[in-house]
Amino acid sequence: MITLFITLILIFISIAIWQMIKIFDLTRALKGEKIDDSQIANDKDNRVNARLMLGFLAFIYGITIICIIKYGHFPLITDAASEHGVKSDTLMISTLGLIFIVQTITQFLLHYFAYKYKGQKGNKALFYTDNHKLEIIWTIIPAIVLTGFITYGLLTWADVMNISQDDDVMVVELYAQQFNWKARYAGNDNSLGKSNVRLIDIDRANILGIDESDPNASDDIITTELHLPVNKPVLFKMRSQDVLHSAYMPHFRAQMNCVPGMVTQFLLTPTITTEEMRNTPNMIDKVLTINQIRDEKNKKLIEKGEEPLDPYDFDYVLLCNKICGKSHYNMQMKIIVESQEDFDEWISKQTIFKNSLIAQN
Amino acid sequence: MSEYIEFDKDHHEHHPKETFITKWIFSQDHKMIAKQYLFTGVIFMGIIGILMSSLIRMQLAWPEEPNVIFEFLLGKWAPEGVMDADIYLALVTMHGTIMVFFVLTAGLSGTFSNLLIPLQLGARDMATGFLNMIAYWLFFISTVLMVASIFVEAGPAAAGWTIYPPLSALELAQPGSGLGMTLWLISMAVFIASSLLGSLNYIVTIINLRTKGMSLTRMPLTIWAFFVTAILGVISFPVLLSAALLLIMDRSFGTSFFLSDIFIQGEVLHYQGGSPILFEHLFWFLGHPEVYIVLLPALGIASEVIATHSRKPIFGYKAMIMSILAIAFLSVVVWGHHMFITGMNPFLGSVFTFTTLLIAIPSAVKAFNYIATLWKANIQFNPAMLFAIAFVSTFITGGLTGLILGDSALDINVHDTYFVVAHFHLVMGISALYGMLAGIYHWFPKLFGRMMNKNLGYIHFWVTAVCAYGVFFPMHFIGMAGLPRRYYTNSNFPLFDDLADTNTIITVFAITGALIQIVFLYNFIHSIFYGKKASQNPWNSTTLEWTASIKHIHGNWQGKIPEVYRWPYDYSKPGYKEDFVPQHIPLKKGEEEY
Repeated sequence: MITLFITLILIFISIAIWQMIKIFDLTRALKGEKIDDSQIANDKDNRVNARLMLGFLAFIYGITIICIIKYGHFPLITDAASEHGVKSDTLMISTLGLIFIVQTITQFLLHYFAYKYKGQKGNKALFYTDNHKLEIIWTIIPAIVLTGFITYGLLTWADVMNISQDDDVMVVELYAQQFNWKARYAGNDNSLGKSNVRLIDIDRANILGIDESDPNASDDIITTELHLPVNKPVLFKMRSQDVLHSAYMPHFRAQMNCVPGMVTQFLLTPTITTEEMRNTPNMIDKVLTINQIRDEKNKKLIEKGEEPLDPYDFDYVLLCNKICGKSHYNMQMKIIVESQEDFDEWISKQTIFKNSLIAQN
Repeated sequence: MSEYIEFDKDHHEHHPKETFITKWIFSQDHKMIAKQYLFTGVIFMGIIGILMSSLIRMQLAWPEEPNVIFEFLLGKWAPEGVMDADIYLALVTMHGTIMVFFVLTAGLSGTFSNLLIPLQLGARDMATGFLNMIAYWLFFISTVLMVASIFVEAGPAAAGWTIYPPLSALELAQPGSGLGMTLWLISMAVFIASSLLGSLNYIVTIINLRTKGMSLTRMPLTIWAFFVTAILGVISFPVLLSAALLLIMDRSFGTSFFLSDIFIQGEVLHYQGGSPILFEHLFWFLGHPEVYIVLLPALGIASEVIATHSRKPIFGYKAMIMSILAIAFLSVVVWGHHMFITGMNPFLGSVFTFTTLLIAIPSAVKAFNYIATLWKANIQFNPAMLFAIAFVSTFITGGLTGLILGDSALDINVHDTYFVVAHFHLVMGISALYGMLAGIYHWFPKLFGRMMNKNLGYIHFWVTAVCAYGVFFPMHFIGMAGLPRRYYTNSNFPLFDDLADTNTIITVFAITGALIQIVFLYNFIHSIFYGKKASQNPWNSTTLEWTASIKHIHGNWQGKIPEVYRWPYDYSKPGYKEDFVPQHIPLKKGEEEY
């Protein structure tokens, strides 16, 4: 309703301005002033717009500064919770630095030149067609800078994508379906049982299509929460049973699509436990802000007589980040990073696959 | 064809009788076809696309509140004013499809390639007017199909404009993948046929029908851009057609090109052995060049407009041509940068990172050359010039963030977040839109023989420019906070609660930006009928189109086609009283070309 009002008001204001301009023009015509109606910019237009160009430059700088202050802690740049994340953050910060410098300088030149060289009647521009030296300079400099960044980027990429299969790596399957996630732990043998969607048997609660005859499968553990021991490399094997999904774990700087018909993988080592992350200064601030916002919302909800929202406490989260249908926006799984002991305790309480099957008569 | 041969005798003896239908509907005249593209592609589809984006933004800013606008516009898809989640995805999909293909590909290229290629090259018309007419009417049919798909029972296609299978292939996966998606695919197949006919025509015309003296290195940069765009279209669109056909086979005839091992809604489907990643490869083999099919014409228009209104030759004409060619070449070998995290082999990721970041070099050359053109210029701030300068500004801002997205290691973090939305909207959406608006303001006198109102143009420009940054600049930051795109609402993740106010601000800018386009629309339509009559060459431009008759006639020039003696950018050349020397003026004795 409010939106409609605002829309209508804006439309009326624009009509009013337009009419006022018309009246203004008419009175000038009545006074006998000569009106330039060529619809081609004259010196006055050039002066006004040249100043506005400077104003616009200030606007661009202003919005940059406001955004940097407001989002200064850059959630995807600080406090990476994985080993490779720290490296990719360094790359991110240096790239952002480069972008910031180039953006500031080029926007300045563009708008300042536009201001400085505004047209004036009788003036003539400089006939200056090219300058090979200059052009070579501004081809070579970006080329050199880019060579550096490409090399740096490729090295980081090779590092992130390096999946070495040592015994130390814990194998976990991330299983996607419209619209939820499951995790499958490999159990004591650390190898996942074979699986295929054709083996799914809902009646027997074999929801992931695990091959019951595979001896590796019997000790697999299926959960709806992802627990990870800190500082231990985890090799994620991603599967999807229906459409494309994407396992996005922003805090770990990790993302990989889940593709029906194939298994994709991503290796990461979590380095900060959930508890530790909750106690970082950035996170304390963030949670505080969010809870203030939620309190505000709750006041309104209580007025309406609805259930208030729970207070928020930070948890790592796995999101779906590839459009997958109606409830795409709510496809998530909680991730808990904890000490090895806590993890062992938690996993020992879970039911293994063999015991989770419902026997059929 | 016969009527054009007569023109080649440089006589203008008699017209074949024109009926209402041959003049206004099934016209073979390139100027009329340009106008038809302008009205169907830019104005009509543009209004639909912008309206959809406003609905998307309103939903994101006020997700839980019932909204009368939704109730009014979406009807049963917004019961009691609350938008349905499926329809949100449908809006996102259709907004993307309409804007990318209909407004910025067919609308932009169709309008300006058709208008300018014959006029700036000194040709009586396109190589074949008949094919040109067919191309437009195929485009019209595809428009009708696409618009019709919005009204089908289960809603239009909703799998994102990239229509990745299996989501787009299975009706069980979402209702939009039923009849809506079928219409989408048929519409795109017709669209591609139209685009290919159009592109072939542009290429043939540019190669064969240049007037005497119009060597390739005397062509305006607009023509160079249209030329390369057409070649890119011919190379890449057939691949999308093949992808669309294979998808139709999978959907309707039970093949398994893109599908394998699927269990959905309690049943196992028979598909076996296909790969969705194959579709992604085929899609992006078009999809990435498509970005440049959208952007290059805008670059060409900006070059022409900046040179004309700054009264100064474009800096580094040959470097501009080289960089257009380099960008075009690189654009067909970078498609994999959309697929770093799809499960594609990481080694391929390295290759595509390398080729992608190389594009920054010719792009940087272009940006610097534009800035150098402004140096010591005599800038006339007509609305067209303002849009051209803003084009350079958004091209830089949007292009720079490509350094992050093109870098595979960083793409992992921000892939499919609002960072991407900000990046591509600035670098191809807004930039191409500015190029298009610059073109409309600049060539309006050529299109309709009248001038647009400059003061309304100024209001339109400044509000639009502020809103564009207001919308897309903060989006980079909510993207860097990890907010995924294509979410119906973010309220299911308390993690993102602190971004809600930013989303509201973005929406206010977006709606203001959308509403201010009404000023443009008013100015545009009003000026067609009541604008001030244009003079022969209102912007004192050097190119040939301004020597053609103001009144639109078959064959463009009353008498002989002018001959060309110089490059198109002789602005403020020393030795001449005027600050421009048109291309058809012979060189003085001892005068060097440039």
